[in-house]
Amino acid sequence: MTELEAPEHGNVPPGAPHDSMLSETVSYVVGLGLALLLTGVSFWVASTSSLWGPGVATGLVVLAIAQMGVHLVFFLHITSGPDNTNNVLALAFGVLIVFLVMIGTIWIMGHMNANMGVNPQMMNLQTQRG
Amino acid sequence: MTSGTEAPAIGLTHMGSEDTGLGNRGPQSKSIVVPYGFWLFVLSDMVLFSALFATYASLVHATDGGPVASQLFDRTTVAIETLALLVSSFICGIAVIAAKRRNMFWTQTALFLTGFFGFVFLVLELTEFGHMISIGAPPQRSAFLSSFFTLVGCHGAHVTCGLLWLGTMMAQIWAKGFQQHIMRRLLCFSIFWHALDIIWVAIFTIVYLIGTLP
Repeated sequence: MTELEAPEHGNVPPGAPHDSMLSETVSYVVGLGLALLLTGVSFWVASTSSLWGPGVATGLVVLAIAQMGVHLVFFLHITSGPDNTNNVLALAFGVLIVFLVMIGTIWIMGHMNANMGVNPQMMNLQTQRG
Repeated sequence: MTSGTEAPAIGLTHMGSEDTGLGNRGPQSKSIVVPYGFWLFVLSDMVLFSALFATYASLVHATDGGPVASQLFDRTTVAIETLALLVSSFICGIAVIAAKRRNMFWTQTALFLTGFFGFVFLVLELTEFGHMISIGAPPQRSAFLSSFFTLVGCHGAHVTCGLLWLGTMMAQIWAKGFQQHIMRRLLCFSIFWHALDIIWVAIFTIVYLIGTLP
């Protein structure tokens, strides 16, 4: 048994090849197709004027999250199977931290920027140099 | 987990049908542990990027009267960059498939193409950076541009390191063949390369598409 034939251990690392060459090639081709589709839709949504303007940014974020999911499933082979429990738990924790950092920062910094403008000339972030 | 006759776990094999993979039968083999550890590193790298994204989102309007996002970014270039990186990521997966079948020609060809498309991405990105600096939008112009160059430049630095790693992998596979430790490194590289594409999805959406909405 070679070391890479992982499924017999009841655990597989992310991105590990499948046993069947056909099924793993199909997985990558399907992933590429879906990723291309989602990318194309993202660029179309951003360029068209036929959609409701205020909803476009939210739609783009949803499309991006969908595409990240496609990459995780079809390229990194993260699945819901029992051999993937550790990978999924680590991913879930990573996603939790990522969302805490991003949403927490945007929330707090947005409110600070809005509420602390005692002297707009001094406090407005627009006047800060990098 | 429910077994009453639990012998000392260390060193036991873990081939039993009841194995949940949760560590009750001793350590996993290196081919599991090493890519898993690398997966943890990649996730922590994403946490690092999330801080840069948060910084960018906080400072995107702090332009100090200088150029704003919609004046700077060209969506056609970004579309080509996105395509190059996506194709590169796809071919990297093909390389791992070929390597598992011990096919030297297709492994090396696919790895070369992976690197080629990664290089195309990098050249386009550096050209864009050079253009921005030349038209008066360098990192020191405003907080917005500082955070932009930090975020996108950090991704570009990762791609650069990935290309160096890729070249090393091609040489090692060529010189040492498809040994187990070489295959582990190749798998780690593919995880890294796929993760960079995932981060790029967030960058092209948040920075380039949402940033240039009318």
